[in-house]
Amino acid sequence: MSEHRIDITVNGRRHTATVEARASLGEFLREGLGYTGTHLACEHGVCGACTVRVDGVAVRSCLMLAVQADGCEITTVEGLAAPDGTLHRVQQALQDNFGLQCGFCTPGVAITLAAVLDDDPAATAQDMEAAMSGHVCRCTGYQGIRRAIRQLAGEAV
Amino acid sequence: MSFHASSVGATRYVGERTPRKEDGRLLTGRGQFTDDVQLPGMMHVAYVRSPVARGRIVSIGLDVAREMPGVQAIYTQADLAAIPVQMMSFFFTPIESPVTLLADGRVACVGDPVCMVIAESRAQAEDAAALVELEIEEETALVTIADARTGPLVHPDRDDNVAAEMGDADMLEEVIQPLLDKAPHVVTHTIRHQRIAQSPMECRACVASPEGSGEMTVWVGCQSPHLAARYVALVLGLPQESIRVIAKDVGGGFGLKNIPWREEVAVVVAARLFGRPLKWIEDRYEALTASSHAREQEVTLTIGLDEEGRLLAAWSDYACNNGAWPMGEDANIAVHMFMWPAHKLPAYGFVTRGWYTNTMGLGGYRGPWAMESLIRETTLDKAARKLGIDPVELRRRNLLYLPEQPVTSSMGIEVTDITPGECLEKLVAHVDIAAFRKEQAEARKEGRYLGMGIATYIEPTGSAGAMQPMTGETVHLRIEPTGKVVAMLSTHSQGHGTATTMAQVIADRLGVAYEDIAVFEGDSAIGAFGPGAAGSRQGVIAGGATWRATELLAEKVKAVAAHLSNASVEAVTIAEGMVHVEGAPEMSRSLKELAEIAYGDPARLPEGMASGLEAQFRYQPPPMTMTSAAHCCVVEVDAETGFVKILRWISAEDCGTVINPGVVEGQIAGGLAQAIGQVLLEEMPYDARGNPLAATFKDYLMPTMFDVPDFEYLHANTPSQTIGGMRGVGEGGCIIGPPTLVNAIADALAPFGEIEELTLPLTPARILDVIEQRDVSGRQAQPEKVAAAPVAAPLAPVPEVAEPAPAAPTGSVDGDWDMTLKAPMGGQTFLAHFDTDGAALSGYLSAPEGRQEFSGGMIDNGRMKFEVKVDKPMKITLKYDIQLDGDTITGKCRMGMFGTAKVTAVRPS
Ligand code: FES
Ligand code: FES
Repeated sequence: MSEHRIDITVNGRRHTATVEARASLGEFLREGLGYTGTHLACEHGVCGACTVRVDGVAVRSCLMLAVQADGCEITTVEGLAAPDGTLHRVQQALQDNFGLQCGFCTPGVAITLAAVLDDDPAATAQDMEAAMSGHVCRCTGYQGIRRAIRQLAGEAV
Repeated sequence: MSFHASSVGATRYVGERTPRKEDGRLLTGRGQFTDDVQLPGMMHVAYVRSPVARGRIVSIGLDVAREMPGVQAIYTQADLAAIPVQMMSFFFTPIESPVTLLADGRVACVGDPVCMVIAESRAQAEDAAALVELEIEEETALVTIADARTGPLVHPDRDDNVAAEMGDADMLEEVIQPLLDKAPHVVTHTIRHQRIAQSPMECRACVASPEGSGEMTVWVGCQSPHLAARYVALVLGLPQESIRVIAKDVGGGFGLKNIPWREEVAVVVAARLFGRPLKWIEDRYEALTASSHAREQEVTLTIGLDEEGRLLAAWSDYACNNGAWPMGEDANIAVHMFMWPAHKLPAYGFVTRGWYTNTMGLGGYRGPWAMESLIRETTLDKAARKLGIDPVELRRRNLLYLPEQPVTSSMGIEVTDITPGECLEKLVAHVDIAAFRKEQAEARKEGRYLGMGIATYIEPTGSAGAMQPMTGETVHLRIEPTGKVVAMLSTHSQGHGTATTMAQVIADRLGVAYEDIAVFEGDSAIGAFGPGAAGSRQGVIAGGATWRATELLAEKVKAVAAHLSNASVEAVTIAEGMVHVEGAPEMSRSLKELAEIAYGDPARLPEGMASGLEAQFRYQPPPMTMTSAAHCCVVEVDAETGFVKILRWISAEDCGTVINPGVVEGQIAGGLAQAIGQVLLEEMPYDARGNPLAATFKDYLMPTMFDVPDFEYLHANTPSQTIGGMRGVGEGGCIIGPPTLVNAIADALAPFGEIEELTLPLTPARILDVIEQRDVSGRQAQPEKVAAAPVAAPLAPVPEVAEPAPAAPTGSVDGDWDMTLKAPMGGQTFLAHFDTDGAALSGYLSAPEGRQEFSGGMIDNGRMKFEVKVDKPMKITLKYDIQLDGDTITGKCRMGMFGTAKVTAVRPS
């Protein structure tokens, strides 16, 4: 298996590493760099748990190879909150509305919602719900996630 | 709420939507799930699994795989057998099927683990696993329950394919059928429930690290680290202290992770053999096809009703597919125990069986007995349509309301405080049914098909004392010299938020800020044994334990403060972490100050008081605490496409004291989403050769946000008889959800006809079958037709009871015998003593637990018939029919609803 040297910035920190060509970005972030907040729940692109931002774009890190992220800026769930620990408003909205239970799907949900809002601060609840079509949560029945979305859109929860 | 005592803090936490303690780490990616654990020198495990459903292993070729880069070892069952293992069920009883960690000479289902590859990385382990050459002589697989009834033996050393059975087949003819024959109305309904893959978002995972001399730390995705530790110790025959299980965060369990199963135990065994930490992370393909499955049941229920719709009698025939290697052979007796206790039903009988097949084994899933509600509530609605009675009214006539309790209900279950009727009234008061019926009629004119479904149920929660691991909970509390409170709990959360709810109880009952409480759980080294999230029990039992432990701690704080201030204990109050003495504001002290004295200056404590500020309480609650609910949902069925859209869903539940409505509603909602998945989407089908067909989340359809509506909640809050008054709520949504939704769909489809036999999931194609009046039984392949009247299939023959020998047998039965009864819950051995007087037989059965005398028996030519009444586990009469033959006795014992057991006896050696 061929190995490749990559240069990657995660949550503002630069890492240089050698990766196997076949390693997914998700595996590499978790095992290679210790960003274990990114979760792999299906490894075939359906559940959304592994979502990270690659140069701002929400991407399924199980479907992207680590070598493809050479030179990219990555944001994982560990990089969402402010350095002083203040939660990102997406994280806060999820907490306020019981939007998580086991927390396994949550990193992907939070990253996707943050990406939608960053791209369009005026995103509506409908926009955010549409983005949730690629996320599976087995615990919450989506009630708290949907309320969080309404809160983020400035609607009545 | 009335349960708040007045002498503790003014800030209320119980009943509040307090933000969860768990969220901080989970929202920021700093939780610790099993795959997050990395240890120095750790190796990775991948399993080689059987690609065929049934056959003999001819050879296992390891040469190529062994040469692959990074491979350290490849184990087969022959290697693992070096450490003996007896797998057990959740109830710590031995598994009866000959289950080994890896396949032992034969494979019995697709996905059966055959070899275990250990390599330096997961990818290398998987590469090598793909190169193991398995040669298996394939045999015809038994896939369905029907196959199991007629096919060859799944386990050649067993007598038949019946994994478990209970019920009294004779009762149909003797008791139920005469009542049904007289009933003005008889309604029969059949349901085929598909197989479900539990699918927690975190697949199974295990890291085992050998330490010291024979100790081991195990990180495992489980539902209780205490139970996992005890289970592993028991199956390996080790002292429990040698196993420490850590499971800080687990991404959902739902019953699948009740006990560590073959793959996890194999990792533990292999780590001992290999002497290094090993990690196994299941992938989604394995999770779907090779984790234990759930449901797959067939049930027929027949009810007889009088002219007014009052129940007269009911009979049910139930079967479930146990697969090859169930996590405990199961005939699902709970389906029958909980089908009718909330109803006025004079007579109920059933037969119930679990069957072995060559499919993945049966595991737990949220409300394993949920079929009782699905078959009962859908049959009642069918009856309501047939009799032309409003479904709400039909339920009113049959439910047991509070004023009629306590009462001993069907199957001898005592109901004292169930409220399904009261929940129904609350629901009906909230939903304008008349307006809906008008809207429905208008819509039908436009070719739009709306439907409303209503269902009620009760659920046994917080069970303790009747079964091995189901026990009380222990809480250790202390106020540290820092003034902060530390709680060590036996609870475990796979999303349940127990750290939150227990901290709320402590904050509320002690009078400290929620933020000043740290809860530790998720480690078998912390707290005492508890079975964790199983049977909707943690809020009830751990909640009660925490409640009382906190009160004990508050009493101590008050005693110390009163002593220091020369005041009476009654004058002391605690609020916001401050201890006040009435009428002496200058005497107020912080908990920190008091704790500093209690730990650091114990001479100032009252005479004889132990130093420190600590309390411990173990709570043994009543054996069972009932939760009730009534749900209503409204759907629109598109008659063109067969798609179902859920428009509205209202839950009226009574889970007693609600500690945190956000957590309670979250449990209900999660269960309802799973219910919606079961009714409309999810299915793990098998082909005729025994191949599981849903291998990815593209085939196994999990409910998404667009499949689940906004739920509305009405809380009834009748406090239970436990400390704190909680009732369990973990499984309810998954139990009452399916009938509520099916009833709504059936109501919408009523203009087209009845769903005579319900096959789940109700896919658009199946719904179009109803609309277009096709055969919707889903049984086209099976020609035989189910008769309208119940037919009790004979219980599988108990092999082979000696019929009375024609010639007179030798010897006398008088005196002592060592007798063995092979009951469904495992064998029992006891002493039997017989005395004969001509044809009269009397004597006693004696075991360490007690002795039962009997008389009035008969003996004829060595054939003995006698009856023994027992109280445990329930009041039943055991009817023995046994035959003496020389110095052995063989025969059977009929045990009421528990079925028939083989009996053997020999003279004591
Ligand atoms: S793990 Fe990447 S989408 Fe599921
Ligand atoms: S919170 Fe458990 S899967 Fe979403």
